[in-house]
Amino acid sequence: MKLINLYLKIWRQENVESKGYFESHKIENINSHMSFLEMLDVLNEDLIKNKKDPIAFEHDCREGICGTCSMTINGKPHGPLKGTTACQLHMFNFEDGDTITIEPWRAKPFKIIKDLVVDRSSFDRIIQKGGFISINTGSAPDGNAIPISQETAKEAFDAAACIGCGACVASCKNSSASLFVSAKIAQLSLLPQGHPERQKRVISMVDQMDAEGFGHCSNTGACESECPKEISIKNIAKMNQEYIKATLLD
Amino acid sequence: MVEKENILNPNIPNGELEKKWTKYRSSLPLVSPANKKKLTVIVVGTGLAGASASASLAEMGYNVKAYCFQDSPRRAHSIAAQGGINAAKNYQNDGDSIYRLFYDTIKGGDYRSREANVYRLAEVSGNIIDQCVAQGVPFAREYGGTLDNRSFGGVQVSRTFYARGQTGQQLLLGAYSALSRQISKKNVIMNTKHEMLDVVVIDGKAKGIITRNLINGNIESHYADAVVLATGGYGNVYYLSTNAMGSNVTALWKAYKKGAMIANPCFTQIHPTCIPVSGEYQSKLTLMSESLRNDGRIWVPKKKNDERKPEDIPEEERDYYLERKYPAFGNLVPRDIASRAAKERCDEGYGVGSTKQAVYLDFRDAINNFGKDVVSARYGNLFDMYSKITDENPYVTPMKIYPAVHYTMGGLWVDYNLMTTLPGLFAIGECNFSDHGANRLGASALMQGLADGYFILPYTIGTYLSNEISNEKFSVDHSQFKLTEEKVKDKLNNLISNNGTQTVESFHKKLGKIMWDFCGMSRNKDDLEKAILLIKDLKEDFWKNVTVPGKLNTINLEVEKAGRVADLIELGEVMMRDALDRNESCGGHFRDEYQTKEGEALRDDEKYNYVSAWEYKGNDNNPKINREKLIFSSVAPTQRSYK
Repeated sequence: MKLINLYLKIWRQENVESKGYFESHKIENINSHMSFLEMLDVLNEDLIKNKKDPIAFEHDCREGICGTCSMTINGKPHGPLKGTTACQLHMFNFEDGDTITIEPWRAKPFKIIKDLVVDRSSFDRIIQKGGFISINTGSAPDGNAIPISQETAKEAFDAAACIGCGACVASCKNSSASLFVSAKIAQLSLLPQGHPERQKRVISMVDQMDAEGFGHCSNTGACESECPKEISIKNIAKMNQEYIKATLLD
Repeated sequence: MVEKENILNPNIPNGELEKKWTKYRSSLPLVSPANKKKLTVIVVGTGLAGASASASLAEMGYNVKAYCFQDSPRRAHSIAAQGGINAAKNYQNDGDSIYRLFYDTIKGGDYRSREANVYRLAEVSGNIIDQCVAQGVPFAREYGGTLDNRSFGGVQVSRTFYARGQTGQQLLLGAYSALSRQISKKNVIMNTKHEMLDVVVIDGKAKGIITRNLINGNIESHYADAVVLATGGYGNVYYLSTNAMGSNVTALWKAYKKGAMIANPCFTQIHPTCIPVSGEYQSKLTLMSESLRNDGRIWVPKKKNDERKPEDIPEEERDYYLERKYPAFGNLVPRDIASRAAKERCDEGYGVGSTKQAVYLDFRDAINNFGKDVVSARYGNLFDMYSKITDENPYVTPMKIYPAVHYTMGGLWVDYNLMTTLPGLFAIGECNFSDHGANRLGASALMQGLADGYFILPYTIGTYLSNEISNEKFSVDHSQFKLTEEKVKDKLNNLISNNGTQTVESFHKKLGKIMWDFCGMSRNKDDLEKAILLIKDLKEDFWKNVTVPGKLNTINLEVEKAGRVADLIELGEVMMRDALDRNESCGGHFRDEYQTKEGEALRDDEKYNYVSAWEYKGNDNNPKINREKLIFSSVAPTQRSYK
């Protein structure tokens, strides 16, 4: 364990309409075993004690699985560590005297609500357009009725591991949501249960993605490299393939 | 005059245990499709229980209004469950059956759960797996393409279905997808970023809720014919727990204050395998899945204060204390037993690490036996998580673990229909006092959440709603809505205008320390009596000295937290009272005064074979205890033995 001092430049913004700005803070005696969010907790406690408005940031499970935390740290969504959410990033990854810049996700479809909090409801609306298999409760056949190879199950899982945090959008120069959308499409088209609806699904989900104002994918691969769950860009190829097939069959 | 205590009637249907549910389900009053369209159900919380219930009720034709405080239903804390979900499928042909799952759950719960509910849970467990597979949940598979299983603590069969170490995530995303489908069909109106701040009661029945919109601060009224709470557990009363930061007791507590009793509140699960506390700044604890105990071996050095690196300590100088004390189950004893055994070793001075509050969980033998690749395939994501947090490599040096608060078996008392003592208010999932008695077995929380949501509540709610069709309808214009709204606003104003100097967080930490020290892994009369006074003082201190910055008409995370901590403080006192009432040890409730010679929990079936249900009696009065007598017809309670 060691103690470090840091300089922080944090984005502050009162609400959707107002103009944002960077606020500087010096923070001292940070235990290197703290998580990044615990470091922000320390800062907020200080602000509250001094009757100042604490920094609004979202977080919940702090185990890297709920997808709630969302901040760009030194220009990288979720910070410098590969395959890691901001909540799982620990201070031993920083050096004494570092300056750290903290910003919200920057993407037009993700409106900044306050400070580091953005509106990601567009992701829910995309899922509502077909990110499911239409099966009512109680009508399912036995779980072992459809064998699924270990390989397929693994591939479907790899896609399904997406936590819906939005880092892919924040990392993309076009603010494309292709990685998020394609992960769901790939999962459900790999599994036999998802086949009956696959054409309808891909078309309506992609349409909704466009309607929400997300940009196009230009294959730079930034999303894959910043994704905290390391979702593969192969899913985007799979989505495009599904989309083309569906439009041809339409 | 002493008020007479109520004996609670759980409304268990007659007949043989094995046939109760099937028969009852077929004779439940039905609500016709035309009438379902006229009925609205509010579901608060959209984790496994809430999302599955919302989707299923909507599929059946009811109008559903769902609420969650997160920005999306996909983020509920169910998502963090790692290990798996139990089901009595007997796919492994290892002798599993509905009866065996039922028996294991009753025994695991140390004979403090309701037989009829637990049997029903075991009965529907198989349907859950079918449902989830059909939704596209990518469960682990065998080479031949069939579903894979693993074993979990407290049982000797392999009945746990899993999706790597992220089973909760995959099941929740399944339920979320079913919910999303109903939202798209406009059968469910989804309200994210809404926190329930009260229940509205009209003529003795729950008829709606008051919420705060967490983005703009608006206080809103919502009317319904029935209200379902699926708001999870209250482990955050301990401050440090494996629960998500937002997990809270507020919805449950408001219901309690409106007449829903809280049952067995002191029954808390302390999970044996969590990453130990590293410092004062710590905001939460991270669970390492129980599945690790399948291949990991737990030990401490035989010598106190052994400063050697664990990998340098030779075999004969290690005490594999679980294998020594419980040869039949070894490292796979139930959670309460494993946790207490770790505490015992650390209290005796054999703990490891800088705080001496940790034991080793070692994969050396598993790596030698199966190879690093196999171990990595099974637990790779957990090992990665561990090394990210601790900066240590568990492939080389054993993990350090210590027990942490993980789950609350206690919750709102419900009858067989899952209805609370407030008519029209239902509770499902971890929010109810549930089927787990005094200790929950691993991989049973996901099972219960989904059983309640998919297969039980959507039927049993019909018994209540079928009687509501012809009753008078109200709206949010009713005076009770206005009155309740005003009370909610007053409380928020009190918080924000309180000109104190102490942060909400500082009160939460103080509460957590009292709870952990006096109502944690072991409890005793003197401590509990002392703690009740400490909590009373803390409550007074909170309302006098708390400071809440900012405004009410915007996002204000501090005001959210302040309301939640205020409720947790009150809950803490009731938990202490419950622990004090129960002069026995059972499951996770261990009273120092009541133990066997070997230090195991000593139950008192003569006197304490009941569910305690606490009734709110006003702010200035102590809550009143009511009891539900537990009747065991199929299993004879015995001293649990895992030796």
